[in-house]
Amino acid sequence: MNATKPLHLLLGLLLLSCALSLLGVAVGSTGFSLEMLQGGDAVQQQILWQIRFPRSAGAWAAGALLGLAGAVAQGLFRNPLADPYLLGASAGAGLGVAVLLVLLGLSPATAAWSMKLGLTGAAFLGAVAAVLLTLTLARGVQQTMRLLLAGVIVGVVLGSATALLTIMTPDIMRPMQAFMLGTTGFLSWASVWILLPVLLGCLLVALGASRALDALTLGEATARSLGVRLPLVRLSLIATLALATGAAVAQAGLIAFVGLVAPHLVRSRTHSTHGWLLLLSALTGGALLLAADIAARWLIAPQELPVGVVTSMLGGAYLLLLMHRGKVGELK
Amino acid sequence: MIKKMKPWLHVWLFALAAQAGAAPVSVKDDRGLLQQWPAPPQRIVSLLPSLTETVCALGACERLVGVDRYSNYPAAVDKLPKLGGLDDTQVESIVALRPDVVLVAPSSRVQDRLAALGLKVVVLETRSHADVKRVLQSVGQLLAVPEPLKVWQQIEAQMAEAAASVPASARGLTVYYEVDSSPFAAGESSFIGETLARLGPRNIVGKELGPFPKLNPEFVVRADPQLIMVAQRNAVKLAERPGWNQIRALKDKRLCVFPPQESELMARPGPRMGEAAKFMARCLREVAPK
Repeated sequence: MNATKPLHLLLGLLLLSCALSLLGVAVGSTGFSLEMLQGGDAVQQQILWQIRFPRSAGAWAAGALLGLAGAVAQGLFRNPLADPYLLGASAGAGLGVAVLLVLLGLSPATAAWSMKLGLTGAAFLGAVAAVLLTLTLARGVQQTMRLLLAGVIVGVVLGSATALLTIMTPDIMRPMQAFMLGTTGFLSWASVWILLPVLLGCLLVALGASRALDALTLGEATARSLGVRLPLVRLSLIATLALATGAAVAQAGLIAFVGLVAPHLVRSRTHSTHGWLLLLSALTGGALLLAADIAARWLIAPQELPVGVVTSMLGGAYLLLLMHRGKVGELK
Repeated sequence: MIKKMKPWLHVWLFALAAQAGAAPVSVKDDRGLLQQWPAPPQRIVSLLPSLTETVCALGACERLVGVDRYSNYPAAVDKLPKLGGLDDTQVESIVALRPDVVLVAPSSRVQDRLAALGLKVVVLETRSHADVKRVLQSVGQLLAVPEPLKVWQQIEAQMAEAAASVPASARGLTVYYEVDSSPFAAGESSFIGETLARLGPRNIVGKELGPFPKLNPEFVVRADPQLIMVAQRNAVKLAERPGWNQIRALKDKRLCVFPPQESELMARPGPRMGEAAKFMARCLREVAPK
């Protein structure tokens, strides 16, 4: 197969992201139209600048965070099935949101308190708390197997707690479902200004650790003998993973599949070291979620599809196609 | 001995049935299935809050022997066995209650299972005002209640009273009714939309979008409603949604936030729709332009 050069892929993804952003600005509750870009009245301007730009930018940034987190998880755990939600972040965020929704309906006092925190705050706290719980159960970050197992257990237990809360309080069923399927509709400039710096920070840390990830592909013992300080690398990468996932989930809900599929898409196009893989996975994730967001608001405008459903459809279909052609999942 | 008793038992049962003024009843449910009972059912299980309320509104509350987990009105049903929700209905407990009839929603998963166990299941759907009226009639027929449509006339009267209390200045307001923060709206074709239409304001979500569409939030900004109705649970940071601070309803503070006990009632297409109309009318009086 003809592998694309990483640099070419980088340029291609940047171009794709720009093109999608332009499309994202032109697509909204009226479907596709270019009249928005030609000035128009105050409402048009407001929709353009306060809704469509931040929404597109936010969707891209959230997708990029998930793509990056996916690449980090797959590299760190040396497992192609690893995804950003591996350490229980999704289950924790889900439980955080469920608890908040229950509190909102409980009494005026708890409602006022929960309103201050907001859904994003609750989701972020939940995600980070779940990862910390996983780390506690695994007694630190040193044993990969323990970590994976603890992550699975935390995910299952917190997930059941969420299910229990949802069944006992049927009113929260629909908002919970919306959160579980991911939602990009309410991304604002405030979300963008949270997501972009987090993305930048996480990217820098991950790139800094990329050499260690390369060494890790040869096994932990070899990596250690090559002089990699595994404890430090693990800790910083897991912190990156938790922060990236928590931020994305808090702003956009549990968006499925982007984190898992982005690194695979990159690997199917190019052979590269982890430095490139991390960067390209972030860009791919961003492009994928933005494309999904545009499809979600376009297809049945002015109604919307849940964006998580679209990412799974788009990413899944593409991955299937690649597998059919034999480009994914082979041992190299 | 037992065999000898049997004819007597029959006679006794027949006498009991005759005493209740009972002739055989038959009802066609929303699946189009016609079922017969030798006498009006005396042991009823209801697996939907609005159907529970319907049975009680028809004065047959004491015939209920079990309800679903979410039925909580009238207070009398709180003492009854709770039989789970839509997805986790306790089939065993229902069978043990030996009901003459089980009332369920079409979305219930257990209807086939219950029917296979020999229970008589009546499937009733309540989505619109017309449905509520039809269900009153069907359940009334099933329970052999005289004049079931009296309840409907009460609902109508309450709605008319609510509509009359809305000042003229509030009638032309454009309104957005948020069912859920995803955001799902109550469109014109939903039962909530039908009630709103009776009261006067204009719904920004037309019939073509279906009863409860999940909207692009941008649609609401573009439609720029003058009034927003929302449950307290969903009223979190409305003005912080991108672009929403410019919506007329939020700028002019024409926002009605319904507390949980009211929003729960308003989300049920049943005999209390008239009360729901009163809550909406109260909101319209509060925000009416002076």
